[in-house]
Amino acid sequence: MPDASPATGSRQEPLLQAIDITKRYGSFAANDAVSIELFPAEIHALLGENGAGKSTLVKVMYGLVQPTSGELRWQGRKIELAGPSQARELGIGMVFQHFSLFENLTVAENVALGLAPTEPFAEISARLAEVSRLYGLPLEPDREVWRLSVGERQRIEIVRALMQNPKLLILDEPTAVLTPHEADQLFIVLHRLKSEGRALLYISHKLDEVKRLCDTATILRGGKKVATCDPRQETAASLARMMVGADIGEVKAASGRSTTVPRLVVTRLTLEPDDPHGIRLESISVEVKGGEILGIAGVAGNGQDELFSALSGERASPDAHNVIVDGEAVGHLSVTDRRRRGVAFVPEERLGHGTAPRMKLSENALLTGHAASGMVRHGFVDKPATLSTVDRTTKAFDVRKAKRDPEAVSLSGGNLQKFIVGREILREPSVLVVSQPTWGVDAGAAAVIRQALLDLSSRGSAVLVISQDLDELAEIADRIAVMFHGHLSEPIDAAVATREKLGLLMGGSSAGSPAGQNETSHAVGA
Amino acid sequence: MQLVLERRAERSAIIAITSPLIAIALTLVTMSVLFAILGKNPIAALNVYFVEPLTDSYSLQEIAVKATPLVMIAIGLSLCYLANVWNIGAEGQFLMGAVCGSWLAVVTNGTGAGSWVLPAMLILGALGGALYALIPAICKVRFGANEILTSLMLVYVADLFMDYLVRGPWRDPKGLNFPTTAEFDSVATVPTLIDGSRLHAGAVITCIVVMLAAVMLGRTIKGFEIRVVGAAPKAARFAGFNSKQLVLFTFAVSGALAGLAGIIEVAGPVGHLQPGISPGYGFTAIIVAFLGRLNPVGILIAGLFLALTFIGGEGAQISMKIPLDLTKVFQGILLFYVLACDSLILYRVRLVKLYRKAADGTA
Repeated sequence: MPDASPATGSRQEPLLQAIDITKRYGSFAANDAVSIELFPAEIHALLGENGAGKSTLVKVMYGLVQPTSGELRWQGRKIELAGPSQARELGIGMVFQHFSLFENLTVAENVALGLAPTEPFAEISARLAEVSRLYGLPLEPDREVWRLSVGERQRIEIVRALMQNPKLLILDEPTAVLTPHEADQLFIVLHRLKSEGRALLYISHKLDEVKRLCDTATILRGGKKVATCDPRQETAASLARMMVGADIGEVKAASGRSTTVPRLVVTRLTLEPDDPHGIRLESISVEVKGGEILGIAGVAGNGQDELFSALSGERASPDAHNVIVDGEAVGHLSVTDRRRRGVAFVPEERLGHGTAPRMKLSENALLTGHAASGMVRHGFVDKPATLSTVDRTTKAFDVRKAKRDPEAVSLSGGNLQKFIVGREILREPSVLVVSQPTWGVDAGAAAVIRQALLDLSSRGSAVLVISQDLDELAEIADRIAVMFHGHLSEPIDAAVATREKLGLLMGGSSAGSPAGQNETSHAVGA
Repeated sequence: MQLVLERRAERSAIIAITSPLIAIALTLVTMSVLFAILGKNPIAALNVYFVEPLTDSYSLQEIAVKATPLVMIAIGLSLCYLANVWNIGAEGQFLMGAVCGSWLAVVTNGTGAGSWVLPAMLILGALGGALYALIPAICKVRFGANEILTSLMLVYVADLFMDYLVRGPWRDPKGLNFPTTAEFDSVATVPTLIDGSRLHAGAVITCIVVMLAAVMLGRTIKGFEIRVVGAAPKAARFAGFNSKQLVLFTFAVSGALAGLAGIIEVAGPVGHLQPGISPGYGFTAIIVAFLGRLNPVGILIAGLFLALTFIGGEGAQISMKIPLDLTKVFQGILLFYVLACDSLILYRVRLVKLYRKAADGTA
């Protein structure tokens, strides 16, 4: 790119300084006097748990949020950002975790929407092709976005940002949606951008990535800056301690877990999507035995949501025998009838799917408990019974909340997730289907939830975990299958499921094919 | 400077209770301005509207008579609105209930039929309203037709159908060519509660409906289902609640209540079927439902308040020559303010310094 001036040796002069940034929402401080300095030709990591204030800080830098106090300096000069367009004029680009793309438009049309309206469309198309070739981010400008994988969609966002030739590029958890192989390719691009003299701010909570990629790391906890350090000099454990503020207990499998008979059997389940951009499930077959945790890995959007709603009964299967629980065909049954047969479900989305956000916890206990927990008699709700479920869940899973029965939306992500998982596990289900059990949950709560899943399976239940987090699956699953384009691979034993094997499956290769070309070899998990 | 709505961290309980009162206060201020423009003394006009009807027992009874259909219809509508189902056609269901119930009164007229006639009429009225309400409900569930449009349009069908009946086949032969049925027999008339008054047994039925609705919404799984489907449709599906069945259910119940209100009105205070039996009860009930916070007890209070505006409006027309249509203006302004104030439950109004408006969002 022409004018990304290589700024070697300018380590003394930061490109962007944020000084004592404070952002308050009411009495809550999302950022409390946070300072950070970003230098050219440097990849700076912003580390922290969910809710630590990473997003707020980044939004301040990109002009999306006005800080309550504190100032920003760009190349030493004080600036005030009225909005993202002003940030882009200065040379700040951003790639968001959640893409803002129009599915029915083409790649080039989406890019054109974010650029100045003066540039002719043909020119944008040509420039897009050039930038994507230059950086090794292949994209077809004329393809509609809905045809693209998540990885390709992210490329659009990166190319879109690069076309504005930013001096500073902010990336919000870019690898969260990528396969290991795609992540490796992204790192090559990021190194290239760094060598061009650009500053990069890399938001993540994946410690190994940060150690591998970043020159500096700033760690946030509870809205405050904990430290700025060189991640290559730290261990993963020391970084984690700074992020969490305490050591995290390790999850332990109960000894002597026995796998017995299959309790959940899915046979040749083929299901058309009910929305035009959904994924068709292609003859899915899988068995989960009692006492076993089966993990389903895969990049988001490969049919996991569709599989979950087919298993839960939110969508009925074409044939009753597509889904069998403890020998009984349940494919045609409703959610309620499946719950009555001892199956429990935890969906990915906490607010709006797993709970009604503006309703009390006791009412949210009733949401799934009305089917089979004695909470309803002759059509009347037994309120004390719903409250006692809340109390028992609170006690067993250490759910922290301001009062006995608050609205679901008032709980933090981790505490609400503990409530949702606890609500189902306390019913002692024979089969539990759970999607992204610890997504966006703090490390402490994640450990509690994973332990609860292990304990449930050791009591003889069949547990099916859909997760994008390979580390999580390595920690708790006995066997792992991978979803790709609506197909489910044969499960492989977790002990031999390396990142490479799973990564290949996540990218669509069949299990038997030789390992990828330039991938480094490291096994999953610790 | 710029006014912005900022989302509150949690819903404001104080505003939730006081929002109808704020809305009423704002409406009164607006009405005062309107009275002043019309050249009337606002204080005197408000006095005639809202105070005088409360000072004599005839007006008080009339308020109860007018509130009876309003509350009954609004209870049904509140079930729809809680479930995020938009039945706007209660006026048509009211008329159809009146027509279906009146059929029995017309065919048994003068035959000396027994006391079974009135109960049968009430059942027919409720049934007629329910079936009529199921038309837009089925269109929505089956074809995805927008229930707001279909239910509203069916109001005019019902209105013209009734018009046809009372001008044609059901017209009273001894009625001097007026478009009306014969006066109903006493077995086809809702009894009055006090001799010589127009206050009738329908008021008691309405109170029972209010209580049943309060129990259903607060204590039963069906009431929970209605609230979840309205508040979080995806969570409702996860809970195993069938939102399509609920559309049919809420439409049927609200139609039945509107139809029941219709036949009670005809067999009670009116005494025969004729055009103009409703001064827009089905539409005013929408305001009652929202002013009452979609809560049965709140609706009872709101229904009495809106009934007061009908009676006060009549009084103002007689004593101050203020057009009766101003009552409808009042009701419209009130609904506007109620909905506006409701947004303050989840949002707060803030004045902020005006920044150069960023031309784009996050993309």
